[in-house]
Amino acid sequence: MAVQLVISGDADLFEIVGLSLRVSLSATLLACLIGFPVGALVAISRFPGRGAVLVLMNALMGLPPVVVGLLVYLHLSRSGPLGFLGLLYTPTAMIIAQTILIAPIVAALSRQVIEDLHAEYAEQFRSLCLSRMQTVTALLWDARYSLLTVGLAGFGRAVAEVGAVIIVGGNIDHLTRVMTTAIALETSKGDLALALALGLILLVIALGVNAAVQGLRMSARRQAYV
Amino acid sequence: MKLSHTIGATLSALTLATGAIAADQSIIVQSTTSTANSGLYDYLLPLFQDKSGIQVNVVAVGTGQAIKNAQNCDGDVLLVHAKAAEEKFVEAGFGTTRTDLMYNDFVIVGPDADPAGVEGMNDVQGALAKISETGALFASRGDDSGTHKKEVALWADAGVDPTAASGEWYRETGSGMGATLNAGIGMGAYVMTDRATWISFDNKQDYTIKVEGDDDLFNQYGVIPVNQEQCPSVNAEAAKTFADWLISDEGQNAIAAYKVSEQQLFFPNAPKN
Repeated sequence: MAVQLVISGDADLFEIVGLSLRVSLSATLLACLIGFPVGALVAISRFPGRGAVLVLMNALMGLPPVVVGLLVYLHLSRSGPLGFLGLLYTPTAMIIAQTILIAPIVAALSRQVIEDLHAEYAEQFRSLCLSRMQTVTALLWDARYSLLTVGLAGFGRAVAEVGAVIIVGGNIDHLTRVMTTAIALETSKGDLALALALGLILLVIALGVNAAVQGLRMSARRQAYV
Repeated sequence: MKLSHTIGATLSALTLATGAIAADQSIIVQSTTSTANSGLYDYLLPLFQDKSGIQVNVVAVGTGQAIKNAQNCDGDVLLVHAKAAEEKFVEAGFGTTRTDLMYNDFVIVGPDADPAGVEGMNDVQGALAKISETGALFASRGDDSGTHKKEVALWADAGVDPTAASGEWYRETGSGMGATLNAGIGMGAYVMTDRATWISFDNKQDYTIKVEGDDDLFNQYGVIPVNQEQCPSVNAEAAKTFADWLISDEGQNAIAAYKVSEQQLFFPNAPKN
């Protein structure tokens, strides 16, 4: 049935897949822009209360999507503090919610990656008298392949969650319906076969994104050794 | 610095892109799920959009949540089925007027085995009393939706407090109609549902309608434009156009014409002007 759906070239399906990718990839990009530098800064810094910050960062990886959805809803609702923006029930609201959901994952994982790398290079950096900014940049660049995996972990979480986007997006047909909310809808209609078929397609998309990144990484590595 | 610029630019680009979609002539309907899950909107909305040019976006949630969302000004029109709560909504100033739109009825569905022996009953209070006496499983929405409110009222009429057996034979799923049907069918429990959702539901397995035809099972839907005085952001004109179209002869005929498996799901009953 999943194959049938794809072959039939259902326009609605492509629209939903497209929005899923647009929302989750945008959220991943934003989360990486926030998470990588934050993670790297925490990794190389020593300050009082650092242990507590680490615990908090790691704990936030377990943020329940529904809670994030509710928080974003309360802020973006017309009666909320940011209601004047009129963003509720738009893809932008969904991107914001998913960014909040996965930024801690990206930050916490990249903190670990960078810290391990920093342990190797710390003395060298010190002898070169690099500024903190230069250190962070050098480490982020050197860890770029590991950080790709970190980004993928964030993307996986974003593209698979339903709790946040269904609250702030509203699952509106042709406007904010994505793969996961469509699956939830078909399940509630009792069309379990269609729901499962959509689930399979979502899995294939995740596979495709991961394969694309893997390919990118391998060709980049190959070039590096030439 | 550069970074925050990039983020800011990305966000504002995204905002612009979506702002264009949410043009002036679009409204959000906060709706009960049965009208959406049964496909009624897929049939009605293109007719209305062709005529008016107004894009209608439906957020389908339980009646309780739909009313709350509308009270937060996150919708232009409210279309639900809990008359008392709807009238309260209008009295509190959130809605302009409430109009009867259409009706159908609730039914109780159950498995072939029929453990409480209620098959064919048309006295809903008697049927509920029998279910509670035999301790047969009953799956409730438990989510403050229109259907849940109705079910709670029917239990009260039957003189039974099912919440005393919550977690035993009375199972409150706390989810939507479809999810509750899936859960109830999974555990062999009786479920009260509106007929429209039931007819268009695809995962019936060995379930059929056991109890129907009691006047108490009447299910009235109403439509309310959200009040602009309370919520300045609403598109009052478009909301009124939509509500007026639904209760016009054209809208009412369209509602009557919508069928699933050759069965009419909703019966228009807006007052004639």
